[in-house]
Amino acid sequence: MSVTTPSEVDHDDTPAGREEPGSRPPTVSRRRRRLRPYTLAVPAVLLCVGILYPFFVGVSYTVFNFSAANPNPAFVGLRNFAEITTSAPFWNSVRVTGSFAVTATVVETVLGVGVALLLYRGGILGKVLERALIVPLMVAPILAAIMWKLLLLPEVGWVRPLLAGLGVTDYTGTDSPLWAFIWSVVVDAWIYTPFVAIIALAGLRSLPASPFEAAAVDGAGWWFTFRRLTLPMLWPYVFVAVIFRLMDSLKMFDIIFGLTTGGPGDSTTTLQINAYLESISYARYSRGITYMVVLWAAVYLISMVLVGYLRRLQNRTAGEAT
Amino acid sequence: MNSEPRPRLGLARRDLLRIAGLGTALSAAAPLLSACGFGGGPADEGGSAADAVTGAFDWKKHDGKTVKLLMNKHPYTDALKAHQAEFTTKTGITLQIDEFPESNYFDKVTLELQSGQGGYDAFMLGAYMVWQYGPPGYLEDLNPWINNASATHAEFEPADFYPNLLTAGQWDFTNGNPLGGDRQWMLPWGFESNVVAYRKDVFDKLGLTPAEDFDSLIELAKTIDTKASSNGFGDMYGIAVRGSKEWATIHPGFMTMYTRLGLKDFAVENGRLKPTMNTPEAIAFTDKWAGMVRDSGPAGWTSYTWYQASSDLGAGKAGMLFDADIASYFQNEKTTAAGKLAWHPGPKGPDGNLNTNLWIWSLAMNSASKNKEAAWWFLQWAESKEHLQYAATQGQHIDAVRRSVATSAEYKDRLAPNTGFLETFEQVIDSTKIQFTPQKNFFDATTSWAAALQDIYGGADAKSTLDELATSLEPRVND
Repeated sequence: MSVTTPSEVDHDDTPAGREEPGSRPPTVSRRRRRLRPYTLAVPAVLLCVGILYPFFVGVSYTVFNFSAANPNPAFVGLRNFAEITTSAPFWNSVRVTGSFAVTATVVETVLGVGVALLLYRGGILGKVLERALIVPLMVAPILAAIMWKLLLLPEVGWVRPLLAGLGVTDYTGTDSPLWAFIWSVVVDAWIYTPFVAIIALAGLRSLPASPFEAAAVDGAGWWFTFRRLTLPMLWPYVFVAVIFRLMDSLKMFDIIFGLTTGGPGDSTTTLQINAYLESISYARYSRGITYMVVLWAAVYLISMVLVGYLRRLQNRTAGEAT
Repeated sequence: MNSEPRPRLGLARRDLLRIAGLGTALSAAAPLLSACGFGGGPADEGGSAADAVTGAFDWKKHDGKTVKLLMNKHPYTDALKAHQAEFTTKTGITLQIDEFPESNYFDKVTLELQSGQGGYDAFMLGAYMVWQYGPPGYLEDLNPWINNASATHAEFEPADFYPNLLTAGQWDFTNGNPLGGDRQWMLPWGFESNVVAYRKDVFDKLGLTPAEDFDSLIELAKTIDTKASSNGFGDMYGIAVRGSKEWATIHPGFMTMYTRLGLKDFAVENGRLKPTMNTPEAIAFTDKWAGMVRDSGPAGWTSYTWYQASSDLGAGKAGMLFDADIASYFQNEKTTAAGKLAWHPGPKGPDGNLNTNLWIWSLAMNSASKNKEAAWWFLQWAESKEHLQYAATQGQHIDAVRRSVATSAEYKDRLAPNTGFLETFEQVIDSTKIQFTPQKNFFDATTSWAAALQDIYGGADAKSTLDELATSLEPRVND
């Protein structure tokens, strides 16, 4: 017969005050108690391994010359990085990726805040639109891209007759690099402006009323109130949306690929599209993953800077509020 | 006791632990890479599984087995599905068919083959894919199976296939070497020759005849573009061809006309490929082609795949289509243009040649299949005269890859209502073959070529664009 000594019994889990009179506290052995922190960590460790293992495998591919044409690859060190960073297609895709991410984020932020301000005014129409606003977000981006591609096709789409009605007769869809870029931004904005608007609207609704009441009493105009009160107080909320949109836009693949396949020429070929072409279409796996690792590093560094700025912004706003 | 703080090392203990952890993770990952397919691929075991098949051939030998097929969503697959009960009755083998649309079909095939898991026993592919999937050993050589009388039924008759189609599935995997050899990586199942389809009613009303040379084709397209709408044919443009940024833009009409003019994509010099799409003649042709599309093609051309190009012909928006003959054939039923289409081989070369590039939908066996014998039983049935005759006459399995099917009265009767279709087929079939130089980076080369063509269409200088293309391609195709 085993005897449990008082020192081996864990009473910590059940505060004495909550014990039912006459009930026996559960006993936990010392061994189980010591193992508990580790068992609690098991799901987190498994999750980390699940995430990090493919990541490290991917990173390791970058130092080999693995491709369909070369199924038994050799170690090549940093040659893949050297080759792609000295190639014109890489720098072209860096330029396209950066231009697209900045333009789309700015457009969506401005439109999103504008839409949020309109919806904040309330009314029946506002309430209906608020619910309708999330519809584009429910469409898979690749489907939205294909839908827009059909709309934009001059021979069959609706855009050409609409523009013709406005007097535009030389519409050629996504045939020119400039218009391919503009339409890519338009489709991205169509899908994601509601995302920014929803976050901005939530921010607007959480702003304290008293500063606005004071401004109204002092006779401040709409523009003054917006510039000096609304925008500074709303900015930490909007900036969260900016971070999400910028990071997502830097990784842009589906919308542009569905709409233009990266063309005409290479005018809308982003880093992700180059990664896809190298990895899947050309079966040069190591080069494709090198593109992805470079993009990952860029997104990681930029997100660190932006999150640091957001933290300072939130601290400053909290300081101003107190 | 020394109370002074210990001098800090460059790395704290926690940092060292982190580095050790990272190192451990990396070293653990390295040997596991092979488990993920890295450096793997199906091993070349030196012999063929076909050698193990002995005794008399028996269709029922694999009764009760299941063959998994990865297929493109295509009329050829529809005909197979309509006929598959016949196969199961004959062999006792069940087919499990997974279909994917063409837009992402080859991504699926690439991932499946690269995994090396043998999830599918057989699949559809094109000749150009052999150049990418063959070298890593993803494809089973079918010749040992064909040549083994115990594994192949007596009526299989490989000689019945059009020779150029059979040759398209053979290659020794040496860049620049011609197709052919003693290994058969795929069997042709259905194919497309690239010719001109046109609106006969438009031609009749405008008093036009099909172009016999390239310059006439350009003028003809311009004439249709300017005169069709004023003659009651709506907003019709001159000629539809593919224009999207992908390899498939180059291989149909463009490559056919390029080849008829005597032009080559690469020259082989001292075992290295030298891009030749920037010779003066090639530059002149490319500039003319882009100009033809700009002047007489559709707006939004850079989005045009085979689907948009052929749909425009069917919808009455295009007067001509220079593309796969079956793409236009399918537009001759249940469309605005139904019954009004006619076919012509297209412009001849200066020497009168009708060299034509082709696309072949073929069937191949996954070298990682764990079910190779049953898979071959399926392949030989799907490639048999029995199935192909059924598919070509009861389904939409056109063009026929077997001479016996293509020359059968039933097949000819079926195609007879399509004005000039059979005559065109018969004129080009002997000159129809893969016109590209076989090389392992085909998709990179042709996608880049399509991007350059788009740039030239957009107004870029043809010479500098093609010079830049050739310069950038040269190291990549020889890597």
